[in-house]
Amino acid sequence: MTLLAPPKAPADTAGSPLGTRSGRRRRYDVRTRIITPYLMLAPGIILFAAFMLAPILYTIYLSFQRTQVVGLGLGSGARKQVFAGVANYVSALTNPEFAASVGRVLLYGLILIPTMLGLALLFALLLDSRRTRAAGFSRISIFLPYAVPAVISSLLWGFLYLPAVSPFYFVFDKLGWDVPSVLSSKLVLFGIANIALWGGVGFNMIVMYTSLKAVPTEIYEAARIDGASEVQTALRIKIPIIAPALVMTALFSMIATLQVFAEPTLLRPLTNSLSTSWSPLMLVYRDAFTRDNIYSAAATSVVIAVATFAVSFLFLRIVQKRAFGQED
Amino acid sequence: MTSMATPLRTAGGIRRGDRSKRERVSVASTTILLLGALYCLFPVFWVLTASTKDGSELFSTFTLAPSTHLWDNIVQLTQYRDGLFWRWMLNTALYAGLGALVSTYVSALSGYVLAKFTFPGKSTVFKVLLMGVLVPGVILAIPQYFLMAQVGLTNTYWAVFLPQIISPYGIYLARIYTAASVPTDVIEAARTEGAGEMHIFSRIAMPMMLPGLVTIFLFQFVAVWNNFMLPYIMLGDDNLFPITVGLNGLLNQGATAPALYTLVITGALLSVIPLIVLFLLLQRFWRVDLAAGAVKA
Repeated sequence: MTLLAPPKAPADTAGSPLGTRSGRRRRYDVRTRIITPYLMLAPGIILFAAFMLAPILYTIYLSFQRTQVVGLGLGSGARKQVFAGVANYVSALTNPEFAASVGRVLLYGLILIPTMLGLALLFALLLDSRRTRAAGFSRISIFLPYAVPAVISSLLWGFLYLPAVSPFYFVFDKLGWDVPSVLSSKLVLFGIANIALWGGVGFNMIVMYTSLKAVPTEIYEAARIDGASEVQTALRIKIPIIAPALVMTALFSMIATLQVFAEPTLLRPLTNSLSTSWSPLMLVYRDAFTRDNIYSAAATSVVIAVATFAVSFLFLRIVQKRAFGQED
Repeated sequence: MTSMATPLRTAGGIRRGDRSKRERVSVASTTILLLGALYCLFPVFWVLTASTKDGSELFSTFTLAPSTHLWDNIVQLTQYRDGLFWRWMLNTALYAGLGALVSTYVSALSGYVLAKFTFPGKSTVFKVLLMGVLVPGVILAIPQYFLMAQVGLTNTYWAVFLPQIISPYGIYLARIYTAASVPTDVIEAARTEGAGEMHIFSRIAMPMMLPGLVTIFLFQFVAVWNNFMLPYIMLGDDNLFPITVGLNGLLNQGATAPALYTLVITGALLSVIPLIVLFLLLQRFWRVDLAAGAVKA
């Protein structure tokens, strides 16, 4: 006769009043132990199965299929779906456009992630410093872009990059400088990285700052008494203490980088230096909807998902002991 | 969590107060932070001034010099195809607002059960859900489209609303909040009184988890609001568009009709205002501690 509570809960508090109606309680126990929790979990489980599990399985299935033209290829029954083996994967992985998009996204991540996390860390440490003034204003201002969805921020920056509208180019023009457009093919990668930096630096700063705030101030007191300067305290004590937060933000940023889609899609009307296969997800979108080749799109999706999963799995391994271990 | 954070901060504040006389204000660090703030506020400031210009001023005058046409632009935007813009705003409120609300309820319920019940298969359920945390929503958009197309639900409200209710991360957070804020004794006592399980959950546990639920709501709200790809793929009828997809469409048309640029800019301003207000009001719920796997409320 186990109570539903974890072993920690004092069993005797509930023991005596329940003892008098043990028959009712036994029936109640069976229901509570198996049926009730599953009934309560049902909405979550059904939605998970329908909108996460099923799409994944269906995509995997599609990725091994192809269409075959029957007969003369006329009429509605002229195309049928047949097993294709790994052909879609072979063509996805050997597609030079896919390799190029992966290359671009890697370069983009290489520029974006260190800049974003470096600035976020710098801002978080400065916010945490006792000698900084106007910290509240700066914190809110830097976090504010997180409230702006990627689509809107791409739109705002897109106009700021457009020489005809941009205040920057207005100034450059007045100064007689010939600055190349950020929307030109050489610089557009930096332009997209800047949009993501603008949207993400504040969130990462808040994550790091929260983590710094959780450190007992006594530690800093001890360092101060020992004569450590603020910079030394930051480098030798604060950064090592918040290292887990840094790892987490880095991994989340990597996952987000692999999926960049909204920013380049939004900038496309403003420039012709962005192809329809600029990022891997844009390529998937084009295959599925413009070229109507859902099988190739499915195979490419699976490849991206596996790559993302590999990165995520690394993250899980790192935080498992800290976060998940204590729960189970 | 709040009760722990508050005294710490107060104590720090008092000590900070009497030390500030001895501590020099660092001009360098204050300046760097203010530069960061300037960088982040600049596009917002730009959209404020740009939306006061009419079509010709946008391209002819210095963009940071405000003009007087804000109201005209709003009227024009409102008249654009019989108020389609406001329809997009309403749709966004529906997808992100109502969607996040339903999502928070489902997450809370599932997290509560996973934290407070012991039943066969519990750890399997939890592990499978946890894997879902690692599957990013954007990757799922195209597969979800294929499946929705099979059941004929694409190009409907449901196509955008339903897939975004499930939030494995929300369930995971709800489980942590329940474990931290709902004492098992209280649940046991309510059961002894004969209260039904759903009654215990909604009347006793939910109020105790409320600060955490606000955070889950905010996360989900931002996730839905930010998910451009799903509505972009699912919807063809522009009456169903959320604001993000709608503005993208306007911008695309603007490539051939630059007069629409003022509408896009004014639309961007109007759509950002409610969100910024919401953020500033609910600021204290954004104390994110990812390393601990939780969000401190």
